[in-house]
Amino acid sequence: MTSSSDFRSKMGRVKGLGAAGHGVGHWWWQRVTAVALVPLSLWFVCSLTKGLMSPDVVKVAIWMSSPINATLFLLLLVSAFFHAKLGLQVVIEDYVHTPRMKYFLLLCNIFFCAGVCLLCTLAVLKLHFLDVISSAI
Amino acid sequence: MALWLWSAAYAPDYYGKLHECLVSPVGKLFMLGWTFAFFFHLGSGIRHLFWDMGKGFSLPVMHKTGWLVVVFSVAMTIAAWMAAYSMAGQNL
Repeated sequence: MTSSSDFRSKMGRVKGLGAAGHGVGHWWWQRVTAVALVPLSLWFVCSLTKGLMSPDVVKVAIWMSSPINATLFLLLLVSAFFHAKLGLQVVIEDYVHTPRMKYFLLLCNIFFCAGVCLLCTLAVLKLHFLDVISSAI
Repeated sequence: MALWLWSAAYAPDYYGKLHECLVSPVGKLFMLGWTFAFFFHLGSGIRHLFWDMGKGFSLPVMHKTGWLVVVFSVAMTIAAWMAAYSMAGQNL
């Protein structure tokens, strides 16, 4: 009945973990995205300093047309937005006490992070696949 | 960043204006603040990951790593901006 890998009592397993009702998955994914973001975000900042912040849209499009850049950027987007969502979730869970506001903000958080992530993904894909030059003319 | 990506992909005319905003004095101040916040978050995050591994909990080490993160953030912010100016100076 009791598994050796589970330290919870039977009541604990029925009731779920702690105040939020869940926890380990969140903690794990926060760490996974953090570890992924260390190289990814450094790469992003390096790219910015190397000239990605150019006033020329065409340069950005050319940079994004490289499959390596596009892949890394998409990985960066997913990791960063998931990391942000998890982090903000903890802040909301810890510091907002009225239940109605808390759940409302939690939903806003998820929708906002997912929405903006998708927006950025679309932009990256568009820059990668289509010619920005032709659409500017 | 979302604005920057979106305008690059879908509104090339807007992108020029956005870039002007970013390299204006206010925009630069904002970017400087963001750079520092980014490196500070990065340094603190790595410090957190060490704590997750169970290392660095003694008080003297805590103090040292705390200050190390601050120094790291300042140094990396300066380094990043120097690199940006030297490598793509005409854009800034």
